[in-house]
Amino acid sequence: MAAEHHGTLAHHFESYDQQREASSLGMWLFLVTEVMFFGGFFLAYIIYRSRWPQDFALASHHLDVTLGGINTVVLIASSLTMALAVRSAQLARRKATVLFLLFTLLFGLGFLGIKAAEYADKFEHHLVPGPGFEFHDEGSDPRHAEMFFNLYFGMTGLHAAHMVIGAGLVFWLMFPAWKGRFNAEYHNPVEVVGLYWHFVDIIWIFLFPLLYLIGFHLEG
Amino acid sequence: MSVHVEPVRVYVFVFLALMVGTGLTVFAAAFDLSASGIPFANDLLAMAIAVAKASLVVWFFMHVRHSTPLTKLVVVGALLWLVFMVALTLGDYDTRGLLGVPGK
Amino acid sequence: MSARVANPVGAPPPRNNYLNATHGLSSWLLTLDHKRIGILYLISVSAFFLVGGIFAGLVRLELLTPEGDLVSGDVYNRLFTLHGVIMIFFFLIPSIPAVLGNFLIPIMIGAKDLAFPKLNLGSWYVYNLAGLFGIYAMLKGGVDTGWTFYAPFSTTFSNSYVVPTAVAGFIAGFSSIMTALNFIVTIHRMRAPGLTWFRLPLFIWSNYATALIILLGTPVLAITLLLLILERVAHIGIFDPALGGDPVLFQHMFWFYSHPAVYIMVLPSMGVVSELIAAFARKRVFGYKFVAFASIAIAVLGFLVWGHHMFTSGQSVYAATVFSVLTMLVAIPSAVKVFNWTATLHRGSISYDTPMLYALGFIGLFTIGGLTGVMLGTLGIDVHVHDTYFVVAHFHYIMVGGAILGYLGGLHYWWPKMTGRLYNRFWSQVSAIVVFVGFNLTFFPQFVLGFLGMPRRYWSYPPEFQVLNVLSTAGATILGVGLLLPLFYLLASLGKRGRWAGDNPWGATGLEWETSSPPPTHNFDQAPIVTHGPYEYERLHPTSTADDREPYGG
Repeated sequence: MAAEHHGTLAHHFESYDQQREASSLGMWLFLVTEVMFFGGFFLAYIIYRSRWPQDFALASHHLDVTLGGINTVVLIASSLTMALAVRSAQLARRKATVLFLLFTLLFGLGFLGIKAAEYADKFEHHLVPGPGFEFHDEGSDPRHAEMFFNLYFGMTGLHAAHMVIGAGLVFWLMFPAWKGRFNAEYHNPVEVVGLYWHFVDIIWIFLFPLLYLIGFHLEG
Repeated sequence: MSVHVEPVRVYVFVFLALMVGTGLTVFAAAFDLSASGIPFANDLLAMAIAVAKASLVVWFFMHVRHSTPLTKLVVVGALLWLVFMVALTLGDYDTRGLLGVPGK
Repeated sequence: MSARVANPVGAPPPRNNYLNATHGLSSWLLTLDHKRIGILYLISVSAFFLVGGIFAGLVRLELLTPEGDLVSGDVYNRLFTLHGVIMIFFFLIPSIPAVLGNFLIPIMIGAKDLAFPKLNLGSWYVYNLAGLFGIYAMLKGGVDTGWTFYAPFSTTFSNSYVVPTAVAGFIAGFSSIMTALNFIVTIHRMRAPGLTWFRLPLFIWSNYATALIILLGTPVLAITLLLLILERVAHIGIFDPALGGDPVLFQHMFWFYSHPAVYIMVLPSMGVVSELIAAFARKRVFGYKFVAFASIAIAVLGFLVWGHHMFTSGQSVYAATVFSVLTMLVAIPSAVKVFNWTATLHRGSISYDTPMLYALGFIGLFTIGGLTGVMLGTLGIDVHVHDTYFVVAHFHYIMVGGAILGYLGGLHYWWPKMTGRLYNRFWSQVSAIVVFVGFNLTFFPQFVLGFLGMPRRYWSYPPEFQVLNVLSTAGATILGVGLLLPLFYLLASLGKRGRWAGDNPWGATGLEWETSSPPPTHNFDQAPIVTHGPYEYERLHPTSTADDREPYGG
């Protein structure tokens, strides 16, 4: 291994392989905690949705499926560019790595922008939980609608917070990428940020149908 | 041990499959499938598609395809623990009131 | 194995060890050395133990008399809540893993450090940040919900500092997870050549199983606390009955973590006990594989029993029955360990040094705690004793009689390794006995009180319960003395008149005893290669007995 690469091998590891495997395993273990973390929220969703399926569908009908769908596409595209960024880092392609990281970041920010617009719209329509909440749909219990929006804001808010952290990590990666620090032996920072990013994408893959589409078949 | 480099076309195919899955899930949601007689038909279909999409992301984008057996065990473990939590909790909620005694 | 010449008892340690390699406050506060981080944790954890103990003392002081006459009921609620929160989240959960685990795990597996040294240091700072939130909440008036934070009292009706305390718990969870993650990766990926899984010391198996529990359970506490905070702060009322929310859902989510949490607190102690029994009976642990797998079984089964905390909550009868049956199962691996430790003692060459006193105390007291746990897991009994002092006695037998005795035993066993010094033998044995006597006097009466119907978390009680309460408070005073004594003789061992320990004052097996006391910064002068199992007393020292060990004296 070339002498100039030794700065990237930590002293307590025997080899780049050991370091990379440790780093990957570490991020996977962290993702286990994220599965259980979001899992608690999904549990609450399952309990309440199975109690009041109609009320939840009616409440969900107020979400904008088009915006949610666009966001889904944007996020999946960002996963593609992230995977390509990891690949470019493996191949020590400096400029491609930076470019793909940049696209990932832009897609991520686009997602957050659309989310902000959705939240603003909900605020205008008095669908934010709390004293100002109003829900007047025929045949629906407004308390259960408010519970739906508790879950909507809570789960998408938590997801968005993770996106913000992810965007920060992707941005931070662009600096060592620009300096050409990544190659076949040492690219674990990009790999583990990629794992995190894909995980956040997977959460959205479940949030989208569960929050946006359960009332899609309803009229109006 | 060198790390496997996935060809670009694999990633692009997975992306396209994910797009198809997204379109499919939106399309299917437009119909009320309860008429089919299968309970929770809409939910089952939506979750089946979501699980398929997530599996593609895990297997290809997250490189589990080329990962160590330990990594695969970790993925399975996480899902198993989620199942424990949901199943045993639903075991309470779904059996409440079965006895016909107030509060049980 | 390296062929270095061992330093005997009384010989000073090598010139360069991890304690004196670098100097100055920043060399400690910015250290990446797992051994120094273990010492940093020792200091923090001890400080919180003292605070938690003071709250316990105030609780017991109030309970000397049947009337609520020392403090108001509202203040009393805050006292027992803070006692619980501090002891559980800021003392018991970190104690062995963050102090002894951090120090010993890399050495026991022949590595230079943990897999992620910066994450390790980060975990200490995160722990202290959590502590700051906790202290802030305490100083502003504390929290009165009980450490269990049940909704809707915690979410809607409590006027106390619930949010800062919940934030403290949330942040402390991160510290816990960071440590657990580090341990799992280290144990998987950094074992020395020849160190197969079944050659690992049982202390490693226990901490590994503990780390698995932390990883899988703590995030659920995190989301539960987050939802509690969101309900108080942002009107996101997931548990709000006014919206149709179910407070029992809070309990499900809370106990999904908090039951496994009790195994987080006791498993590491079990690991210590395995080491102590082997060392002070000079025998390999009987049924090593059974003990190792029992740790994993406890970790897995421990996740399937949480509903036994909710038998009277409104949970369905069917769920309660399932949880009761599963609770019977989880007792089995713990019992396996007790049997195996006992079998290890049989025909061993036993010496009654202080660590062994703690280990023996653990076995007896943990058994009582465990059996009463099985009683509580029996639905019919629990309906009668739920929320009484029977429960309080049960979990203190496990947490103090079990977990804390294991921690103290481990601290006394590895103190010479960590500091290079020997403490006063006589006072350490006195302290262990005082702790044992004080503990039993404090908590055994509480079993009786609970059975007679005295509720927990009440600041006044019917006069007929006073005698037992007075006994309990007397016991608590004795226990307090016993727990304070180590502060004196352990610190004294560090002074000018402290004796040098040498590499292996106990004559024990294990990689940690094959390096100097204190160890060098990189743990070993030469990277070890392992060729045999962890407790090869018979093979390596076929005729040795406790008497062959170098005299301790002092």
